[in-house]
Amino acid sequence: MNPAVTAEAWQAIVLTLQLATLSSLLLLLIATPLAWWLSQTRSGWRTPIGALVTLPLVLPPTVLGFYILVLLGPHGWIGQWTQAVGWGVLSFSFTGLLIGSVIFSLPFAVQPIQYAFEAIGRRPMEVAATLRARPLDAFFSVALPLAKPGILTATVLCFAHTVGEFGVVLMIGGNIPGKTRVVSTQIYGHVEAMEYAQAHWLAAAMLAFSFAVLVALSRLKKRSDRVLP
Amino acid sequence: MKHAQALHVALSLLRPDFALEVELHLPAHGITVLFGPSGSGKTTLLRCVAGLEQATGVVSLAGDLWQDSRRKVFKPTWQREIGYVFQEASLFEHMDVRKNLEFGLRRVPRSANRHSLDAAVELLGIGHLLARSVASLSGGERQRVAIARSLATQPKLLLLDEPLASLDIARRREVLPWLERLHAELRIPILYVTHSVDELARLADHVVMLENGSAKACGPVMESMASQDVAAAIGDEAGIVASGTIVARDDGDHMAQIRFDGGTVWGRDQGLGIGQSVRLRILARDVSLSLSAQDVSTIQNRLQGLIESIGIDAHPSQALVRVRCGDAVILSRVTHRALKQLGLKAGSPVWCQVKSVALIV
Repeated sequence: MNPAVTAEAWQAIVLTLQLATLSSLLLLLIATPLAWWLSQTRSGWRTPIGALVTLPLVLPPTVLGFYILVLLGPHGWIGQWTQAVGWGVLSFSFTGLLIGSVIFSLPFAVQPIQYAFEAIGRRPMEVAATLRARPLDAFFSVALPLAKPGILTATVLCFAHTVGEFGVVLMIGGNIPGKTRVVSTQIYGHVEAMEYAQAHWLAAAMLAFSFAVLVALSRLKKRSDRVLP
Repeated sequence: MKHAQALHVALSLLRPDFALEVELHLPAHGITVLFGPSGSGKTTLLRCVAGLEQATGVVSLAGDLWQDSRRKVFKPTWQREIGYVFQEASLFEHMDVRKNLEFGLRRVPRSANRHSLDAAVELLGIGHLLARSVASLSGGERQRVAIARSLATQPKLLLLDEPLASLDIARRREVLPWLERLHAELRIPILYVTHSVDELARLADHVVMLENGSAKACGPVMESMASQDVAAAIGDEAGIVASGTIVARDDGDHMAQIRFDGGTVWGRDQGLGIGQSVRLRILARDVSLSLSAQDVSTIQNRLQGLIESIGIDAHPSQALVRVRCGDAVILSRVTHRALKQLGLKAGSPVWCQVKSVALIV
């Protein structure tokens, strides 16, 4: 194998892992409070916000990617704002890619956590309140630990989903080596260039990775079932 | 102030399908049982007192104001010094028994006081369970841990929401003696929700009868149980509760004699020594009325008295008769036909024939 190709492949893999790790972390920070709000609120905003969060699940990645591209681009609202504060244009950059990934994977983070919070019900939080726990204290000492299986599931799903995304990456990031070229777009590039051997190598790695993730998820689920009858 | 030491509750809560409207002054000691059929608002009232539901009105304990909608005061649940035991034990599944017990303790200001936890553990007899996981406990053990957990914070008011309702009969028998122990040893007011007449008769010092969200009757348990309104509402298990003392034992026949305000009666010997005080319960359906003491029958207990009043019962054929015997009132459930045939009316002298007396320790 051509060493340059291998270096390129490694670069794509590292970038993919960076993107997946950062998006998963950001998603947990955003999705946990959002899921809590969706699981507790009786507000009329619950349904529209819930639908908005779920939207990336049904929209074609190209549609999502297109809108994000337009918004982040030099004439978009966000693009104009990022230029005004001196961050430049985020489209075709790693940061842009990160924003796109977070939006794209949002339902995969929010839904398992929201279901976990809903499954806990109000009772444990009421018990905590009768035992003198302030609402925030009760959230961290009772709701969050009880929702741990849902949070773990969300983390694994977000990571895997970001590793596997293609359409949004291509729309927002293009395919710039070392900046926005991840494994999935790298495979696409190899196939375009008829480099089937390299495509095989990366595609097989993705296949093995995805399989491992699914096995890990079902193990995780079994273990948490044992902990919480 | 007359009620400065007591619990004052004046609440109203309007729901589309239900309205709660109560004003209660409850004593500072002992168990007050909130009694009534399901849907009467017992649990809702308890939740309002705890601040788990936002009703309008006033809640204050011993002069400490917890809520007053006119003065825009509403302390959230975590600021009210309560212990609350839910119908199902609701232990935290992600903690072991000890962590569960310490949860509240770590959140009260005087947390240096480990004594309260040790006392609660001892009071509920759960010392051997501390290292166990919650999942390995039986229903009765869970409920005892939940009660101890609520006591560890040294609450000023204990709220128990049908703590035995989720347990089977064997588990109830296991937990009930611990509740009786709470009753005897705790010096804080306890609000106890139940629809079980048996728990009411065993545990209550005071009773509040709830019906459709309002208090139909409220008073000391012995007076209330003998009142015709309460008895009619209780139905089949209506009867009086009285306190007495064991005065004699017949070991050959396994019987014990109890003296109470209404006279002396014989009941089943339950191994209690002479001089011990007991609570006794005489069901209205176990009391028949006779004009003379000289009836030849298997009845062992006869009490002489005067009919005080004759009240209507749930079924039109039956009457609830209040008979004054000494300083006590006995309730008897008989038919109107029998009353007519014997010519009995208010003021008539009668003999109460008591078929069975239940002793409650």
